[in-house]
Amino acid sequence: MNTLRELRVGHRAIVASIETGTIVGQRLLALGIVPGTRLSVTKVAPLGDPIAIEFNGCHVSLRRDEAEGVFIKEETGSAL
Amino acid sequence: MLNENKPITIGVVGNPNTGKTSLFNCLTGLRQRVGNYPGITVERKLGTAFLGEQAVTLIDLPGTYSMAANSPDEEVVLDVLCGEMSLEQPVDLVLCVVDTSNLQRNLFLATQIADLGLPMVIALNMWDEAENRGMQIDVTQLSLNLGIPCIPTDAKRNAGLDELKNALKDAIQNKPKLNSLVWPNSVNQATEFLKKELGNSAPKDEARLRRILFDVDSILLRRIKMDAGAKKEIVQNARKVLMNDGLNPLAAEALLQYKHVGLMLEGIERSAVIRNRRTESIDRILMHRGWGLIVFMGLMYLVFQAVYSWSGPFMDLIDGSIGWLQDTAARPLESMPMLQSLVSDGIIGGIGAFLIFLPQILILFFFVSLLEDSGYMARAAFLMDKLFRWCGLNGKSFVPMLSSYACAIPGIMAARTIENPKARLATVLISPLISCSARLPVYILFIGAFIEPRYGAWWAGFTLFAMHLLGLLLSFPISWVLTRFILKTASSPFVLELPPYRAPKLGNVFNRMYLRGMDFLKTAGTIIFAMTILIWATLYFPRPESIEQETRASFIEEEASQKQISVNELETLLDDEGSEQGAALREKLTLTTETRYIEQSYLGQTGKFLQPIFEPAGYDWRVTLGIVSSFPAREVIISTMGIIYRLGDVDEKSDGLRDAMAKQVWQEGPRKGTPIFTIPMVLGLLVFFALCQQCAATIGVIAQEIGWKWALFSFTYMTILAWVGAVATYQIGMLFVS
Repeated sequence: MNTLRELRVGHRAIVASIETGTIVGQRLLALGIVPGTRLSVTKVAPLGDPIAIEFNGCHVSLRRDEAEGVFIKEETGSAL
Repeated sequence: MLNENKPITIGVVGNPNTGKTSLFNCLTGLRQRVGNYPGITVERKLGTAFLGEQAVTLIDLPGTYSMAANSPDEEVVLDVLCGEMSLEQPVDLVLCVVDTSNLQRNLFLATQIADLGLPMVIALNMWDEAENRGMQIDVTQLSLNLGIPCIPTDAKRNAGLDELKNALKDAIQNKPKLNSLVWPNSVNQATEFLKKELGNSAPKDEARLRRILFDVDSILLRRIKMDAGAKKEIVQNARKVLMNDGLNPLAAEALLQYKHVGLMLEGIERSAVIRNRRTESIDRILMHRGWGLIVFMGLMYLVFQAVYSWSGPFMDLIDGSIGWLQDTAARPLESMPMLQSLVSDGIIGGIGAFLIFLPQILILFFFVSLLEDSGYMARAAFLMDKLFRWCGLNGKSFVPMLSSYACAIPGIMAARTIENPKARLATVLISPLISCSARLPVYILFIGAFIEPRYGAWWAGFTLFAMHLLGLLLSFPISWVLTRFILKTASSPFVLELPPYRAPKLGNVFNRMYLRGMDFLKTAGTIIFAMTILIWATLYFPRPESIEQETRASFIEEEASQKQISVNELETLLDDEGSEQGAALREKLTLTTETRYIEQSYLGQTGKFLQPIFEPAGYDWRVTLGIVSSFPAREVIISTMGIIYRLGDVDEKSDGLRDAMAKQVWQEGPRKGTPIFTIPMVLGLLVFFALCQQCAATIGVIAQEIGWKWALFSFTYMTILAWVGAVATYQIGMLFVS
């Protein structure tokens, strides 16, 4: 399955599952990135990492390594 | 009924970026007390609010997203709310501050806190912002669904405060509880199992047992006194109960609570999620690969300029006032030299030693508050993160490290903005390596005296630049070693909210500057003052009275033989009040006596004692003495050298001092007759000053921020590093020279 790490800027996806058992996974769940949440990648930092995502109207930045624990189903079409 | 003897305590909680502290300030005004929880760098902030006639204590708890405590900040929130923090009264009521534009996420925390069984009132903060974004919220229905009062507030324009106070007052009596989730049976079975198996040191209440059940690496579990393997097995067995029920134990809480919150919010928000267009369009520039970096560099340049240059006049003013005070206080004490020196150099000098840092701290925290409150700090961290993360730091290390180029003290204090405890510790420990402005006069003295005359302005400039780069370049690998092998603190993820841009409220900015300033004066100020007195004593004592006589006698003999006149003639000349020659001689004698006093002081004796250690760096005992005496404050080396070479008052541009240094030759040993200040020795000396922590104030502020253990650690590692750097530079340099 694809992870958030691979989602390109401007693309949307639906969260399928989160890798649990890690502090990052727990933090993402607490922030509301639960299965079924729609999110999109809005920005990539100048050096390629971290990325910024948008979900439920809020914006969060996370490192690509951390995004690896978010499994997604990509939606077609642009978020913008 | 209310117990009149026990004051009511209200815990103020909320996600970060909800305007929680701003609301706390509105409710308590200036009736605040600030300190630290002992042993941890977490700010403790209490205030008194008046609900009508009734005075209540408010605790401003650190912002957090979840009760799964993964950092010292979050542990404090959990402990205070569970009544486990020995310093605080148990909390009677919780004021949960939520960002109205983001109800779902904010209410997740509220449900977790309600799960602890605490009564709660919700402040729907930043109400105006949500309205401006076109959100419509049915407050009455929301209060009904949640089962607790929800009060729209706007801390920015003090709106809704009276209603909030009334609601809190009523809540003290009524104890409203949030409609909590009914946990599935399997969860109850699992906590029952934990209670039975974990023994007596485990919490007895269901709520905290659920934290142990749900949280990855729960702090509550870690505290239970039991074999680690056994604990792990018990928790795994408890989690199996959930798995058999089809629940993922490590996601169950979030899934169930978010679903619960979703149900409570049904029909409340009469609008779909509305994106913040304004923030998104600002971000198109500020987070842009090109423009974003340009704006970032511009802003950081401004911050640096402010801390570096704007603080100058204020520092001069403090310096001047302290100097004037020293002179004024010294005059009536002329007859009691010990007391005179204690009052003027020790006490007043000690006050000056910490007051001098206040302008830079205040100016930096003015900008830090603006950057944080506006929402830009998170963007800056986003832009810079990649540069710092490989060595265990993160994007938020940028501002503290940048400020350290002006002075490590405000820089170390600014490291408080770093949420990740490990990165915060590492940033504090490497900040003193960055070349601060107090090193500049030392560089100028030695480069101006030895590099520039021989190699010209270009190489002088290059050396100056290299010295500024050296500490920075070393700080990254050192941080890498620290975070990988030495610091045992757990790291936390770099999941960072990028809050909407908001206009900072100046009241909050000034409040923060004031609190940080007071914190510094009270804690670090006391330490720095005590250290200054101690250092004064080691420089003043033992001071045997015979020294003055001895020095006078040997001086007269020396001068007489130099001038080829008799001792008596010279003595007459020396005591001749009228002649110019007599005045010059007397000045020279005073300087000689001063030099003798420094040599015989405890610090001077230490310098001579340590000479063999600095021998491999090519220092004679005078240079070593200069180095040792500049451990309290590195720039002191200049005035000490002036005294040691009997020149009186000098600064880094004094030709007299430069000549005196250039003329120094080895008096004995294998290098007898050759100059002491060779290029390899000077380069080594520069490296020493670039890397050594010769600053008592920095040690004091590190002790204030992360404790004495780390303060001593940073002093030790930097001193060793500086020594190795100086010796290596000298020894390698000598190979080239010879």
